[in-house]
Amino acid sequence: MNQEAGEPPAGVYRRHLESGALGFQRCTGCGAAVFYPRVLCPVCGAADLTWETSSGLGVVYATTAVYRREGDPYNVILVDLEEGFRMMSRVEGVPAERVEVGARVTLRVDYEGEDPVPVFVLRDEDR
Amino acid sequence: MSLRGKVAVVGVAESDLGEVGPGFTPLDLIGQATLRALGDAGLDKSDVDGLFSASAHYHMPTLSVGEYLGIRPRYSDATSVGGSSFVSHLSHAAAAIDAGLCEVALITYGSTQRSGGGRLVTGSEADPYEAPYKPRYPVSMYALAASRHIHEYGTTREQLAEVAVAARRWAKLNPKAFMREDLSADDVLASRMVSSPLSVRDCCLVTDGGGAAIVTSAERAGDLKETPVYLLGAGEAHWHRNISQMPDLTISAAAESGPRAYAMAGVRPAYVDVAMLYDAFTINTVLFLEDLGFCEKGEGGAFVSGGRISPGGELAVNTSGGGLSYNHPGMYGLLMIVEAVRQIRGECGDRQVENANIALVHGNGGVLSSQVTAVLGSESAL
Repeated sequence: MNQEAGEPPAGVYRRHLESGALGFQRCTGCGAAVFYPRVLCPVCGAADLTWETSSGLGVVYATTAVYRREGDPYNVILVDLEEGFRMMSRVEGVPAERVEVGARVTLRVDYEGEDPVPVFVLRDEDR
Repeated sequence: MSLRGKVAVVGVAESDLGEVGPGFTPLDLIGQATLRALGDAGLDKSDVDGLFSASAHYHMPTLSVGEYLGIRPRYSDATSVGGSSFVSHLSHAAAAIDAGLCEVALITYGSTQRSGGGRLVTGSEADPYEAPYKPRYPVSMYALAASRHIHEYGTTREQLAEVAVAARRWAKLNPKAFMREDLSADDVLASRMVSSPLSVRDCCLVTDGGGAAIVTSAERAGDLKETPVYLLGAGEAHWHRNISQMPDLTISAAAESGPRAYAMAGVRPAYVDVAMLYDAFTINTVLFLEDLGFCEKGEGGAFVSGGRISPGGELAVNTSGGGLSYNHPGMYGLLMIVEAVRQIRGECGDRQVENANIALVHGNGGVLSSQVTAVLGSESAL
């Protein structure tokens, strides 16, 4: 077996979440924040990526409320983290339609069964 | 080396559309459309030596289509970039014909997704970094883009509704359109919300249907029975697959594919007589009008207002009624080529655009992911 690559990127990401942190990669070549985790930098192509932990502070970039046949709509967002990467998530604790682009949010790691899921809540000062 | 004017579309057809009823397969519709397109071109099945297809039903579509039709191509291309695949196939067919790899190309598609259950058939895998949040594929991704456009540019739901209303006005002129009842902006705004800010009338139809286009060299096209419609230019671009990886949700890769197609064709947006812009959702038309240079970034909402893309408006857009009101069988790109060819030939009856010599066909695939632009023209546009 060839294990030069070491631990799979998705595994490192999950380990971070299980410790309550949102991990992302930083390219040592060009400095780009890389998310989702991978084995090369999609900006400059360098193979040398290091793991960092996000502050969890972000701003909602885009939002939608997804409607269902039954039950309240639920929220889906794209959030820009302050380290310079974007991910999909949702804002908890606010009705889905009340989530606004530009809202300041902070990370919370929830669990769905065995799986840690990064979600966001409005920052204390904005509630 | 340019492909400008090297090939022409010489035959087009739709299969049966709308709701074909139980029992028909996607390949049956491909068979129908192919027979009709070959008849339109005055060519025989045995003339076809290049085969192009994409499908959400068949994992190896050119193999399935070749087998069903009894075609043994010497050149095949199953490029799969969602609804834009067939505009891509048109470009690839031109390159293959120009290189002598084939001489008569068949591009074809069919879907029975409406009769088969009424839901979009998609082979799209869930992205593991998006799946936990259960965005409804693909509407939630387009809804996110719409939310950002609204935030940055003050675009309104009323302006998005204008896109659906314009599509319906064109559809009312097309006997083959699936939805032909009156539709007002208020109707769109009052319709069931699916993924805000997009309501069900901001979303394309789920219909059955298919199509076929026959492409050959300009030289051979001149000997055939129909007026050739030439490929003047084509351009492709894609920057992401998943919406969370799209760099800026208000700028699609059409901002690259468009200029590539214009440069090859030697045309500017102002030269375009009729534009087919892949309207899977109302936000698409707004984005593509901007990215393809018909208006400035952020002005798409104003551009579509006041009936300006409706029949009799400033720019004829999606004259068939589009994916919003005519038909949208899962992937719609081929049907845009059919309509563009008919407009240039002058076959469109009540919805015919006067002196349509240059048509732009813009395909979108995935979640604003793949963007493919083609410019078609009459002989006088060469």
